[in-house]
Amino acid sequence: MSDQDRKRTPEMPAPKVVEPTIFDLSAPGRTGVTFPPPDVPTAPLPEALLRADLPLPELAEVDVVRHYMRLSKFNYSIDGGFYPLGSCTMKYNPKINEDMARLPGFAHAHPLQPFETVQGSLALMYQLQEWLKEIAGFAAVTLQPAAGAHGELTGVLIMRAYHGSRGDTKRVKMLIPDSAHGTNPASSGVVGLEILQIPSDERGNVDLPALKAACDDTVVGLMLTNPNTLGLFDENVEEVIKIVHDCGGLVYGDGANLNALLGIVRPGDLGIDVMHFNLHKTFATPHGGGGPGSGPVGVAEHLVDFLPTPLIGVVEEGEGEMPPLFGYFTPAKTIGRLKAFHGHFGMLVRAYTYIAMHGPDGLRAIAENAVLNANYLQTLLRDTYHVPYERICMHEFVAEGRIEGSDVRALDIAKRLMDYDFHPPTNYFPLIVHEALMIEPTETENKGTLDAFAEALIQIAAEARDQPELLHEAPHTTPFGRMDEVKAARELVLCCWLPEDYKEKG
Amino acid sequence: MNIPSNLKYSKTDEWFDPATGAMGLTDYAQGQLSDIVFVEILVEAGDQLEAGMPVASVESVKAAAESYAIVGGTVAAVNEGLSDSPETLNSDPYGASWIIKIEGGDASGLMDAGAYIKYCEERDH
Repeated sequence: MSDQDRKRTPEMPAPKVVEPTIFDLSAPGRTGVTFPPPDVPTAPLPEALLRADLPLPELAEVDVVRHYMRLSKFNYSIDGGFYPLGSCTMKYNPKINEDMARLPGFAHAHPLQPFETVQGSLALMYQLQEWLKEIAGFAAVTLQPAAGAHGELTGVLIMRAYHGSRGDTKRVKMLIPDSAHGTNPASSGVVGLEILQIPSDERGNVDLPALKAACDDTVVGLMLTNPNTLGLFDENVEEVIKIVHDCGGLVYGDGANLNALLGIVRPGDLGIDVMHFNLHKTFATPHGGGGPGSGPVGVAEHLVDFLPTPLIGVVEEGEGEMPPLFGYFTPAKTIGRLKAFHGHFGMLVRAYTYIAMHGPDGLRAIAENAVLNANYLQTLLRDTYHVPYERICMHEFVAEGRIEGSDVRALDIAKRLMDYDFHPPTNYFPLIVHEALMIEPTETENKGTLDAFAEALIQIAAEARDQPELLHEAPHTTPFGRMDEVKAARELVLCCWLPEDYKEKG
Repeated sequence: MNIPSNLKYSKTDEWFDPATGAMGLTDYAQGQLSDIVFVEILVEAGDQLEAGMPVASVESVKAAAESYAIVGGTVAAVNEGLSDSPETLNSDPYGASWIIKIEGGDASGLMDAGAYIKYCEERDH
């Protein structure tokens, strides 16, 4: 969208300078580095390897640095401000995690090195497997999956393999509550399962009669997000799990909301058979543009044999001063390999560091403070924004982004928050709440930040009644105004330049 | 909200025209979805439908949803141009953006306009 396309109102400031692309900044002959004349014979590149249609930009080093520095200032990050993006657990990522991941022994290790030469890395992975088992109450953990939804895929493949190994081949249905994460039906769909949605009851729990009616011998299992996307802990969780187990199904736990439970509830103890962890949420490894995710999967005893290969284990016990020798193990009925090498190892180092820095009591304090912060915000806001379930929430809550007597919608409120220098909450999810605003403050924010955020939202509610146009056209203070979401969703080719032989697929 | 009185309605927010056999998404549905950016019709002319079978997949800037056969019957026609202009689902929900036409459908179990208006109002609170 060009600047001229935007409708402006008098109170909107003049447009700021828009950063040109690096191609637009290019000028022929400019270089970052000038090489000395070669002191060895030169040879031309083979004709077949040359191409004329690749317009690489030509710039001085200082132009490149300033270009990217300016672009970086357009960004909003957790290091720059409050980021209450519900379901994403955008907590502050301690910098010691980065220091540890950059230790040369970790940073320079190669996954194809002989295992005897990477014992430190294997020891770290082994210990992390053990810690995650302990934290969530499982019998074994794989660190391989690349991120949360990949963990779900891993878990669903394990569930299917378990039934198949018992000759129980008629199970084709996955039950998914309407308060689950949106990736759950997608992951089951990728595996080729039929999805059956289970409604929530009036307290935001899984509707037990509907669940009972859906459970039969064609059910692979249930994918349960608990706390769910309403930020509510299912009050009947043990019964929910029992109903599924009674029909021969397994229960998958979506561990994306584990931050609310650390040190308080262990999903494995509740009877959940398999669960993924989001190291990039609960265990503070960077995400949201900052780095790859990591989605380890934990399983109960009866599913251990199906885990992806390899797991890290002890080959030889240590003796006296000799540490144990760590190596790779293949589970007996493994579903195979889910990821090249060992998953996102750098994230494993960061999560290990985070757990080591906190210890058991510190982990519990994370959950307690995350829940406290969410309830504090909910209490400040619920008189202004309707919260449809009258309950104490867990680590997040969902409010309705609409104001009596105004036509503003959740999207307008979210955009207006950017003018107050806050990252908007997740909006329009979960789908079971009208104009949903899903707010997750996390434990790393202090009372002052929470108060300022609540004050901004209350002020915005007043604006919604008195100056709705201000919201419809927000944001006003960002380098770009309201984006054209329809265009963004429909025109998927973002290249400013396409190779000559590129053909658009019809 | 526009709810024409000559049409019949489902709880999953489809409309059905007993006179022509056409079905589509209601004004309420398009309003909830907001700007619709993709639509894919999942059935072809001649297909046998049971009521409740998915017939189209609709995606907006907010959400993805399915549209279900409002009645059982045979697919008589498919709106071939709809996938190129999904925005008509927003701008003209009861006209240009019909999804399919169904032959032999029995509309007797569907809501009339009055019942559907009430159903929409209940859900808004």
